[in-house]
Amino acid sequence: MTTDIVKPKPAAAGLSIAVLLAGLSIGFFIVVALATGETAQLGGQGIVGLLQRMVALGLVAVGQTFVILVGSIDLSVAALISAVAVLASHIMQGDPAMILPAIVICLGLCLVVGLVNGALVAYGGINPLIATLGTGLVIQGVLAASFGMLQGAVAREFQVVAYGGVLGVPYSILLLAALSLAAAFVLDRTLFGARIYAVGGNPDGARLAGIRTERVTLSAHVVASLFAGASGLYLAARLQSGTPWIGRDGIYDLESIAVTVIGGTILAGGKGGVAGTLAGVLLFASLDAGFNMLGIDAFLKQVLRGAIVVAAVAIHAVRSKGHVA
Amino acid sequence: MSPVPQPPSSLRRPARIAVNAGLVIFLALYAGIAFLQPNYLEPGLFMNFLRRAAPLVILACGQLYVILTGGFDLSMGAVATLVVLAASILINGDPETTWAVIGALYVMGIAVGLVNGLVVAFLKVPSIIATLGAMLSVNGLALAWSGGAARGDLPDNFRNLGRLVWRDVPLVGSLPLAAIVLAGFVALAWWGLNGTVYGKRALAVGDNPRAAELAGTPVAATRILAFVVSAVSAVTAGILIGGFSGVSVNAGEGLELQAIAACVIGGAQLLGGRGSIWSAVFGALSLFALFTLLNLIGLPQALRDSIQGLILIAAVGASVWRGRRRT
Repeated sequence: MTTDIVKPKPAAAGLSIAVLLAGLSIGFFIVVALATGETAQLGGQGIVGLLQRMVALGLVAVGQTFVILVGSIDLSVAALISAVAVLASHIMQGDPAMILPAIVICLGLCLVVGLVNGALVAYGGINPLIATLGTGLVIQGVLAASFGMLQGAVAREFQVVAYGGVLGVPYSILLLAALSLAAAFVLDRTLFGARIYAVGGNPDGARLAGIRTERVTLSAHVVASLFAGASGLYLAARLQSGTPWIGRDGIYDLESIAVTVIGGTILAGGKGGVAGTLAGVLLFASLDAGFNMLGIDAFLKQVLRGAIVVAAVAIHAVRSKGHVA
Repeated sequence: MSPVPQPPSSLRRPARIAVNAGLVIFLALYAGIAFLQPNYLEPGLFMNFLRRAAPLVILACGQLYVILTGGFDLSMGAVATLVVLAASILINGDPETTWAVIGALYVMGIAVGLVNGLVVAFLKVPSIIATLGAMLSVNGLALAWSGGAARGDLPDNFRNLGRLVWRDVPLVGSLPLAAIVLAGFVALAWWGLNGTVYGKRALAVGDNPRAAELAGTPVAATRILAFVVSAVSAVTAGILIGGFSGVSVNAGEGLELQAIAACVIGGAQLLGGRGSIWSAVFGALSLFALFTLLNLIGLPQALRDSIQGLILIAAVGASVWRGRRRT
């Protein structure tokens, strides 16, 4: 008879998945670069390019990690990314003076969406998949219907976010690094982080321990929406103007969930962290870069990607004793 | 075997008068349609409505099997796309091969379902990830095979499955073949859940897999079969879609989420353990009636997504609210 003893070092276990994944990704990237003779990819610029591939998905995924840790999920991020990208370019209209207002309004929109998602899930008791699928559809519909009136372009100065940098390191990578570190700090070192793990691990237990679980779930949804907003702003800067479909075309909703789970965060909540998620994003980025170097057909790439998603999750899921659905 | 003990009749009565929420929503929406277009009350137009709703209803029935066992199948839309593209490539304009190709399509679908089920049951990958992987792979495969563009044409005997309508049929006026396929599939799906022990097993597994396992239920087999049924429904729906909309590379796009939404609107519980075949049927009919209604009102295509989202949240919210009042 086995007893349910909490693993002594969950943090260390999470980190080992992250290190393993990151090692595999980098190994794959190096091997492919050497095999195809594209050694230039291993230089500074190649590495920066690889890291830059991580930014958009990385930002969403870090936010997604918060909701998944708390035992929820957010499918509305893709629509929100599109909404923010379109809104940002519409408000700016190429005018640098409007950069700050645009950012504030966009993040304000994210705050509202996060609050609505969180309220539906935490206070309404609606299954998070359905609630966020619903809000995502609402955003997507309004966006597509009003896109004709929402044309615009971001200010040239704003594009620095995507294309500028210091000492050869693009600002976008620094942004991802800073926000990821902040997220990791919040999860590992603050009371809010501890509460997120508590609520995700055992909601009833957390409630009995005096945690207002609804508030924690709500806050996690707000965090996820704000990170999606950051990703949308980055994409707007990169593409100069948003379209209502950039989020959906990038499959940011499902891919952010996939990389989070690949990184060792459990869908049921309570276990995992930002490091694993970033390693999952790095895996996707190096696969993309590697497939490009190998010149693999775009559709075949998708087939391999699907198989790798399953395999990457299976590697650590196969050892779990219980049933999963 | 000893008979299953029945609860006293006083406890059973509420279940008997409980009306499927999806049926109520469907009747309300269809009344709205009839109000705007009174000829929708004629049997002919109703049959036409059924014909167009058939793929979604069939998909929802398949998805329901997976939802009952506690999972999701996100790969349905991709399977439907694969079916449409593969049919046009394999048949290649030769009507003689149609039936053999349809057989091959079902083999492909069953293979996808088996892989999904095996990955979930034995590799312990959560179904949302496993079937997402399958969705990406199957979509990629379909596009790679067809070169990323719709090729070829489907012969008439294939397309008839989706589009043939018999005129001057007594009683109903006109009778689409798709409606018969629909009725047949729903009957089979109903029998699977209510006429066999499998239905009980699926509910048990979805409700509490550990308890089901201890009670001797073959949990893995139950799960795998659910994914196979779901894939078979996706193939059937794909064949009908190919029949009335022809070949296109995004034939099945978004259908998986519509099928999940349909089950939920009809009152099936996500993560398993509660729901009946009527949840899927009436949920899907409601969703399709909603699309038709919005079309009649003349709402921009884009805003339909928004309304669908609102209805989805409202339907689930209402069922949560009813559940809270009961306890």
